[in-house]
Amino acid sequence: MIEIKNLKKSFGEGEKRLVVLDDFNAKMEKGQITSIIGGSGSGKSTVLKHLIGAYTPDSGEIWIDGEEVSQLKGEAANGVRKKFGIMFQSGALFNSLTVEDNVALPMREHTDLNESTIQIMVKMKLEMVGLRGAEHLKPAQLSGGMIKRIALARAIALDPKIVFYDEPSAGLDPISIGVIDKLIIGLSRKMGITSVVVTHEIPSAMRISDKIIMLFKGKIIASGSPEEIKNSNDPRVKQFIEGSPDGPIPFSKSQTDYGEELKEMNHF
Amino acid sequence: MVRLFFGFIGRRGFGLVDASADFFREISGLYYLTRSTLYCTFIEPLKGKPNKWGPVWTQMEEVGVKSSTIVFLVSFLIGVILAFQSAHQLNRLGALEFVGALVGVAILRELGPLMTALVMAGRVGAAFTAEMGTMKVSDEVLALETMALDPVKFLITPRFLALLIMLPCLTIMADLMGIFGGFLIGVTTLGIDPVVYVNNSLDAMEIKDVVTGLIKSGVFAVIIVMVGSYMAFIIEGGAEKVGQNTRTSVVVSMILVIVADLVFTSLFFFVF
Repeated sequence: MIEIKNLKKSFGEGEKRLVVLDDFNAKMEKGQITSIIGGSGSGKSTVLKHLIGAYTPDSGEIWIDGEEVSQLKGEAANGVRKKFGIMFQSGALFNSLTVEDNVALPMREHTDLNESTIQIMVKMKLEMVGLRGAEHLKPAQLSGGMIKRIALARAIALDPKIVFYDEPSAGLDPISIGVIDKLIIGLSRKMGITSVVVTHEIPSAMRISDKIIMLFKGKIIASGSPEEIKNSNDPRVKQFIEGSPDGPIPFSKSQTDYGEELKEMNHF
Repeated sequence: MVRLFFGFIGRRGFGLVDASADFFREISGLYYLTRSTLYCTFIEPLKGKPNKWGPVWTQMEEVGVKSSTIVFLVSFLIGVILAFQSAHQLNRLGALEFVGALVGVAILRELGPLMTALVMAGRVGAAFTAEMGTMKVSDEVLALETMALDPVKFLITPRFLALLIMLPCLTIMADLMGIFGGFLIGVTTLGIDPVVYVNNSLDAMEIKDVVTGLIKSGVFAVIIVMVGSYMAFIIEGGAEKVGQNTRTSVVVSMILVIVADLVFTSLFFFVF
């Protein structure tokens, strides 16, 4: 189980200070799929980077499996990292290694299993993602959907209790999205894996999630089951789900007033 | 006008302060990365986390074996050129048969280690930065960290060990090729008697020439790997940064190699 309490994070200093996460609270239940949705720049990837320990929060706590992890460093952080797997948006497979070596890497580094056992386990993981037979290919020879499935196989190589997915369906065709969705659901239901999915694909999030958290400008604006989100009366949530360009979520990302900025330019 | 002038000076002054702050930040970053690399490579194996030699062998082939052709070619030609260049001057002094001595000492003490290091800074340092920089940009380094694997131990240590072993080896071979190049020109074009050439060469060369050359090449290896890796690890952003930092990496390691050469040469000059 994962619990995030009062997480705050901002980047930059002085006038350029940008608050990315403002008082983020969330609970991800064991064996369930929690999706974090929101537009680009809403802070959803920042939440994920905190969970995997890439960022240290300005304030707040992150509890993973009954342990406060946000301030851990070195060996202690590595201990926590072995509990979870992560599937990156780009896959982040090692391009110099074959598919087999990629999936085997965590096992070779963190277990004392002998080589033949590792090869059997790699085969099992690849079968789970439906890509048995691709062992000797290099990542450059794979399609986008295949790369994500291999990345998933690598994420679950050490049978983690928690798997984080960063944009699992971004840039994929509808069938590949369906395949990935089915894999995420299967892992969570069959193996009791706690899943946290960061995504902006609404249909996919609706299909797979037990709980959806919607972020807007670093704040949670909605949280609940897919049904509750669908029936939400908040205009911002409605706009995001319907994907309409007009609404309370502005098209322009600028933080200053347009007229003021033009006037200032006149000084020169 | 005066205000403008002082404004200009002021801006320049602050620019200088910024630039030197940047410079010292880079230096301290390089220092910390070198320290953790040395720790990972030499101290951790003593604490029961042995280095894996598989990746080291791969890197040794990549940086050593595959660089041998270009290193051989360059050092052979340097030997030839040196023989030609020195022949004319030595002939005026009537000391043509000392071409061998001059070529031998110059190659062993200076040109063998230096030219090898410069060739490797271009060939290997650039490859290190480009390869690891691309890994950084495509989240592979972050993936390593989230798998609880230390990028320093996983990426830098094999390259560090490989170059630390291979650069001195290549230097020895470059020395031999350079001396051979000089010998070839000496006995053919210059018409020096082979026995006299070899005798003069052996008289002039000492074992300490070889040793100081090898010590230098070890230092050069550390510089090339650490600059190459550091320039890769500080990359944030995209392909453009990878290109920029690869260029910077080669320039900086070449300069540092020559500076280190000066430092060690003067050190040996006073000590030995």
